[in-house]
Amino acid sequence: MTDVLERPHVEEPEHHGHDAHHGPSGLLKWLTTTDHKIIGLSYTVTSVLMLVIGGAFAELIRAQLASPNGTLVSFAQYNELFTMHGSVMIYLFAGPFAFGGLANIIVPIQIGAPDMAFPRLNALSYWLYLTGSITMLLGFFTAGGAANFGWVAYAPLSNSINTPGAGADLWIGGLLLTGFSAIFTGVNLVATIFYLRAPGMTMFRMPIFTWNMLVTAILILLAFPVLTAGLIMLYADRHFGTHIFSVAGGGVPVLWQHIFWFWGHPEVYILALPFFGMATEIFAVFSRKPVFGYKGMVFATISIAALSLGVWAHHMFTTGVVLLPFFSIMSLLIAVPTGIKIFNWIGTMWRGQVWFSSAMLMAIGFLVTFLIGGLTGIYLASPPLDFFTHDTYFVVAHFHSVVMALVFAGMGGLYYWGPKVTGYLLNERLGKIQFWFLFIGTQVFTLPMYLLGLRGMPRRMAVYPHDPQWKFLNDIASLGAVLIGISTIIFVVNLVVSWKKYPAGDNPWDAQTLEWFTTSPPPHHNFYRLPVIRSERPTWDHNHPEHHALAHGKADR
Amino acid sequence: MKVEAKLLLGLGVFFGLMCAVYWNWSLENAGGVMMFAGMLLGFLPGGYFYWWSRRMKTRPEDDPQGTHAQGAGVVGAFPGTSIWPFTLGMGAFFSVLALVFGIWLLVPGLGLVVWAIIGGTSEGRRGGQV
Repeated sequence: MTDVLERPHVEEPEHHGHDAHHGPSGLLKWLTTTDHKIIGLSYTVTSVLMLVIGGAFAELIRAQLASPNGTLVSFAQYNELFTMHGSVMIYLFAGPFAFGGLANIIVPIQIGAPDMAFPRLNALSYWLYLTGSITMLLGFFTAGGAANFGWVAYAPLSNSINTPGAGADLWIGGLLLTGFSAIFTGVNLVATIFYLRAPGMTMFRMPIFTWNMLVTAILILLAFPVLTAGLIMLYADRHFGTHIFSVAGGGVPVLWQHIFWFWGHPEVYILALPFFGMATEIFAVFSRKPVFGYKGMVFATISIAALSLGVWAHHMFTTGVVLLPFFSIMSLLIAVPTGIKIFNWIGTMWRGQVWFSSAMLMAIGFLVTFLIGGLTGIYLASPPLDFFTHDTYFVVAHFHSVVMALVFAGMGGLYYWGPKVTGYLLNERLGKIQFWFLFIGTQVFTLPMYLLGLRGMPRRMAVYPHDPQWKFLNDIASLGAVLIGISTIIFVVNLVVSWKKYPAGDNPWDAQTLEWFTTSPPPHHNFYRLPVIRSERPTWDHNHPEHHALAHGKADR
Repeated sequence: MKVEAKLLLGLGVFFGLMCAVYWNWSLENAGGVMMFAGMLLGFLPGGYFYWWSRRMKTRPEDDPQGTHAQGAGVVGAFPGTSIWPFTLGMGAFFSVLALVFGIWLLVPGLGLVVWAIIGGTSEGRRGGQV
């Protein structure tokens, strides 16, 4: 039945009688739920499964490249592998994990809301995401195999002559479904944050994670419809005889690149901003301090998002038909707000009582790895350097540093918020072992690829010449991939070992934001009672009345 | 509501400026059109929120001294459980598969979509249940 909800009142005594929510159980509960926590958990489990699938593709790629004339897979299979590795990781893991998974669970609780604004739309988002993922992966079971034109599907390679077969169409169809899923989640997040905040939770008291999710949601609404339109045009070119992206019929192939990257570069920040938010929360909680430079962080997030829509053609420098100075300047400008963020993360830890928990280690791993990825991004924003390194392993290394940084932050998010969602902590010792495998593995994996790129190795090659230097660097990179694979296995072992073993309590980290005020896991509709909200850390203020509630990151001593 | 409005209007102004600079400098249409649309996405909802923010009382969530007593009352109606999102999702799934495996899949696809729209709408009117 529909629940007409009233706000929990602060003076209301805590009681646990409301939680007996009547409804279906088992499979029917999963199919019919509109609870943001169950939907978020479904998103999280599905996306982590996608991470494992995409990771398995990566391990196969690195195994193939471990010798110059690798014969593990055929050339055609290799094309499918790198296409689907990129597609699964970007479309099906990183984004949905962040804005469908953790944000879905955490954002309503962080602002004191009982659920997302549109619970049924939220459920629809998940079903579109799940079916979109299945659609894209179905390609492997078709006669021609999965999509094999790279995750960017450049025209005219992606037309029906150069890439016939059902795999490419399933890729387009899967992306249409997951695209709509993202758009609906974006609408839901914006409406929830604008309309369902608790009294006293002003915009500038929202946790940084929620701010980042708001900005991410707006970016989704700006970028994803463009991709959807592009995919429809691509499908029309493939099957309805239009010539939007083909020269033969008067079309413009490079238009696809404009459309794709107008979505694709904001997508980088749609992926990154939620993870920036996760890391920010972790740095503050495990340094026992408020976020340093709260408003600076918010405006940096907004600036990154705004600038990200004006930089798309830095992926197209070598096409020769884009305005180099405009895109170079805009791309270089993004380094400024990103630098502010890195400065503030360090400022948050500075003179804090740092607790090196698994979550904190992961956040620090994020900071270091993202710094490497970010700095090499500044090189690539310069056209003369980009001309030299475009489509080499330097670019591959750059974006793998960036996305592996996001994996660190995501893992940190799982260690940090997992206990809130499940009620149980993960094993800290295994978490730390996982961190070291992941951290060393990531650097061993990415750093040789920078050198390979500078030595001229192109990306997307299944075999390469017998150059001893290339062979050595590829071996090192493959070793790094093995270490990353081991870290993933340790994480899965941790999930099994810790299963319902270490009860978390409501606030195991003595954390600051509203989600740690409610029970673990939270009850149906999230709160039995709410604290008075007078700063961006209401739970801390409630639990530590000896400290003044000072807003916006001022020291509380 | 003013902060929300200013956020969107600010993005609209930024995209408007970028659009003007980019279009005049590059003479490339695709990016110009997309940034123009971005500007509209800032101005349309931002303008709506700004218009309302000047005509409504400060909401408890916008008041730094907001109390739970101020916010007392109904938050909204939240559906319990509903099968219709799943039905609609499956309809969309089959419809997309029809693009690949054959037009006949549109029969179950669109059938489920129409069923879900009718079911979901009538559920919304009478209050959701499975």
